Order: sequence, then structure tokens, then C-alpha cells
Amino acid sequence: MSGLAAPTRALSEGPLRLALPRGALFSGALELLDRIGADTATLRGDSRSLVFEAGGLMLVTMRPSDVPTYVEAGAADLGITGKDVLLEQRDRAVYELLDLGFGACRLVLAGRRGDSSLGESERRLGAMRIATKYPRIAERYFEDAGRQAEVIEVKGSVELAPLAGLADGIVDLVDTGRTLADNGLEVREEIAACTARLVANRVSHKLRAAEIDRLSARLREASSL
Amino acid sequence: MTHPIPPGTRDILPDEMRELRRLERELAAAFERYGYGEVATPTIEYEEVLARGDERGAPLAHRFFDESGDLLALRSDMTVPIARLVANRFASAEPPFRLSYIASAYRAVRPQRGQMREFTQAGVELIGVPAPHGTAEVVEVLGAALDAAGLTRAVIGLGDAELYRQLLEELGVPAEAGRRLLDRLAAHDLVGLERELAEIELGAAEREALARVPTLRGGSEVLEQARALGGAATERATSRLAATFEALERRRVAERVSLDLGLLGDLGYYTGAILEVYDPALGHVLGGGGRYDELMGRFGQPLPAAGFALYLERVHLAQTEEERLERGQIEAGAGERPG
Repeated sequence: MSGLAAPTRALSEGPLRLALPRGALFSGALELLDRIGADTATLRGDSRSLVFEAGGLMLVTMRPSDVPTYVEAGAADLGITGKDVLLEQRDRAVYELLDLGFGACRLVLAGRRGDSSLGESERRLGAMRIATKYPRIAERYFEDAGRQAEVIEVKGSVELAPLAGLADGIVDLVDTGRTLADNGLEVREEIAACTARLVANRVSHKLRAAEIDRLSARLREASSL
Repeated sequence: MTHPIPPGTRDILPDEMRELRRLERELAAAFERYGYGEVATPTIEYEEVLARGDERGAPLAHRFFDESGDLLALRSDMTVPIARLVANRFASAEPPFRLSYIASAYRAVRPQRGQMREFTQAGVELIGVPAPHGTAEVVEVLGAALDAAGLTRAVIGLGDAELYRQLLEELGVPAEAGRRLLDRLAAHDLVGLERELAEIELGAAEREALARVPTLRGGSEVLEQARALGGAATERATSRLAATFEALERRRVAERVSLDLGLLGDLGYYTGAILEVYDPALGHVLGGGGRYDELMGRFGQPLPAAGFALYLERVHLAQTEEERLERGQIEAGAGERPG
């Protein structure tokens, strides 16, 4: 334990609170919840609410990258988010309970198709310039391999960076690879395979052990169907 | 114009200070009742002395030089300074030693995470009483401290630092693979643990035991469950934890203790029982502790030892949250709200 986290919020009694990721993993998460008998119809509508109740759970919806924050602080007992998010925020003290199987993607290093600037920069300039939304994953990946890279964090479309000359390549999450192909990019190295994961707050995992184990077992069964 | 203070530090104003002082008095009275005399040690010590605790202990984050060029550091907890104090001041005294403290400690913070660089710990050290009696006494004092703070719903998690390591050995897992499994468990990565297990050549029953045993937590029934999973090997690996739990039952302090077979110590110097404290009103641990039977030996005075530390600010926060819950003022937050 290095830093001592300042607790921010109380755990509540009542139903378990499950943090759900809006975005690419949302429909997969809802399908999984449907399969364990929670009715998620209200979440599928165009309601602008952020908090729902279904199947004896309180569902709170948020950006995938916020899920570890809420779960670590105990503002949610459990959460569903991508392995990419967990790898990027690896210092969050949450339990990773389950591989839910859906939302399979790859974290990759990509460069311009038919262009050697990635390798050339590494060889002649000593370092590649890499644009990414995952600066910590990228830095760690190159560091572990003893390679040098100048990692540039961007928030929007990462594919733009090599096209506009901001970077030689990108580290990004790839599903079908279509976005890469459409922008003249290709996968050069695979860094990690990612799927949706179930995570738990450290205190909830102890104090509500039986409920969490039960839900986890049902999700495990449902995700292997 | 404002005058900044370092991130992770803060000022305390009278309203909060009154409550913190009251909490300190409640805790100090509980420690005193069990015969634990309060001590104070210097906030700054020689870095080399503090670092003797363990390279895997809470890392020292603040080091600096004094006027003669000696390297000093701010303590990251009170356990190591008290081990040093006992070795220096009680070298010829007859153990056991029962000491308590309420003191600040210092750790590194990561930016924008609301972490505390300076915080207060309240705890005890029992030096010279071996397991399981010493552990049971420490758990009793911890329970009394939680009651004194009004946290009657708080739960003490009890594990054993060596349990999983021993289980790996008993089941014949190669050392290198065992290290990878321990790494996954220490990172609370149960998905990774299962994945690593799938790579190791093992019987199905052994694999099942290694995946399931660290997820067992609850009352004494988890020891039964562990035995059912892993047979004699698990029985041997859990025997010390079982003995600790029996000592707690004999002392009638087992009621608020929850066994946790997957608990690994955060700090490297723990050797046997590990404690963690939870309150249903808070998402973070309130404190922890355990046995550190090898620490005193590093100060030339091998003695069995155990202790715990509560994070005072978190205990205060838990008190506040419990009061709010009692007043029923926490909004349930359920149901849809207009967006």
C-alpha cells in the first residue's frame, strides 16, 4: 500500500449497487442482466436517468473509465467494465471477480499501412512517438520490453494522430479493425486481449460476501451460455 | 490570494478537531483499560533505521538531510518505530510489552486521487506474547476500540499471511508458478488467478482448491468448506488460522470476526495472522494489523509480536456515516429521478 486513499462515500444497505458502463459494453451488459432475469427494458429506452432498479439490484450507469473509481470508493458494490480500463487503472484497489466474456477486443500497437516510420523512428531516433488514450498501458508495454517511446495522451480519435503527423503510431483498443483500415492503419503488435470484467469493492466483497458470491455465480453461468 | 499546502495534507478547524479529540480520548481510554501504555516516538528518524522494517513495508515517501548530512525520513507507520523503541529502551526488561499510540504517519500520494499524505493512526503493539494467545488479545483490544468509537457494526477480517503459500507448497505447485499465483492474488485479480491455474499441470481437484480456497470468507464454516475442497493439504495449510480462531472463541471475541482465506498482508512484515477492519458505512478499510514475529529480530531482540492500527480520520468518517444512517438521512438513491 503506497498512498492512503481518502474515503469519499458511505456504503449503503439495501440492494447491491452495480455500476454499468455506458458505450460499447452497455448492450452486452444489459443482455447478460436479462439472462439472469433482471428486466432492463427501462435502461434501453431513451431515459436520461442514471440510476435504475432491476432484478433486486440498483444499477448506476456511467462512463466505463469511471467504474473503477466508483467501485474503489464503495459508491458501487460491484461494477462491469473492460479489462482495458482495469489495465490502465491498475492501482485501483478493486477485486476482479469474473471474466464476463463479452466485448472482446484487442489492445494493439498500430502504424500507417505500408509505412516504415514506426520502425524507423525507433531505430534512427531512439524512440517512437505513440498517441493513445491508454498512456499508462503504453508506457508499461514499451518499458517492459526495454524499448523507448514518447507517449502522447489524446482524448479524441486516436487514428488522427499518425495521419496528421502528431505520432508515428498509436496504442488503441481494436474491435473489428475497421476504423484502423478506414484510416489507412494496420496492427503491428498485439498488447493484450480484453473482455468485460466484473469487479467488486474491497469492503463489500467481505461484508456482503454471500450476496456477491450468489450474483457472481449467476453471472458466471449466464456468461458461459 | 491563497497560500498552498502540499497535496494530501490539510488544516483541521475547531468543529472537526473537537470530534477528533473526543474520538482519540475514547480510543486511548480503551487501550489504557487493557493495560496498553501510550508512547510517542520522533516523527523523523534515521532512514536506515526505518528501512530495517522491511523493503516490502509501507514505503518511506519523505526523505531529507539534516545539517550534518545524515539521511532522515518521516515514518510511514508506527510499528517499526515502536520495534526500535522496545529494542532500545526495554532491552533488559521482562517481556511482554503492551504499548499504544495515537500518532501521525506519512506516505506518498498519487495526484488527483484524494489520498492522504499525512494521517493519524491509533493502535497497539503487543510484544512478547506468541500466537495464538497474543493474536486473540490484540483482536479483543481492537474490538473494544471499535466499540469505544461507537462502531458496533464493524467487522474484523482475519486471514493468515502464509496460508496460500503453504497451500501451494502442499499441493506441489512449482515455485515459479506459485509466485505468479501469489502475484495475482495480491492484486485481487481472481480472473488472472484462474487463468494462471489453467496453465499449470495439476489435478482437477487441486486446481479447484487453489481457485476456490482464497475466495472463502465468513464464519468458522469456511474452514470446513476449505477442508472439503482440498482435504489434508488444505487442513494443514489452514491449521494455524483454525488455531487462531479457536483462541478467539475461547476468549469470546470471535463473534465480530470474519475469516478470509484469501487475505494477504499489504505490509511485508506480517508473518501469521492478518487483520483488516471494515464498517458497513464505509467503502474503505478502517485499519489493519496482524502478527510480525520476525520484525523484532531485525532490531536484535527476537520476540513474537502483534498489533493493529486504525486510521483515525476514517474511523471518524465511519462514525459520522453511522450517525447519519441512524438518523435515516441517507437518501436511498433508488428509483428513477427526472434527468
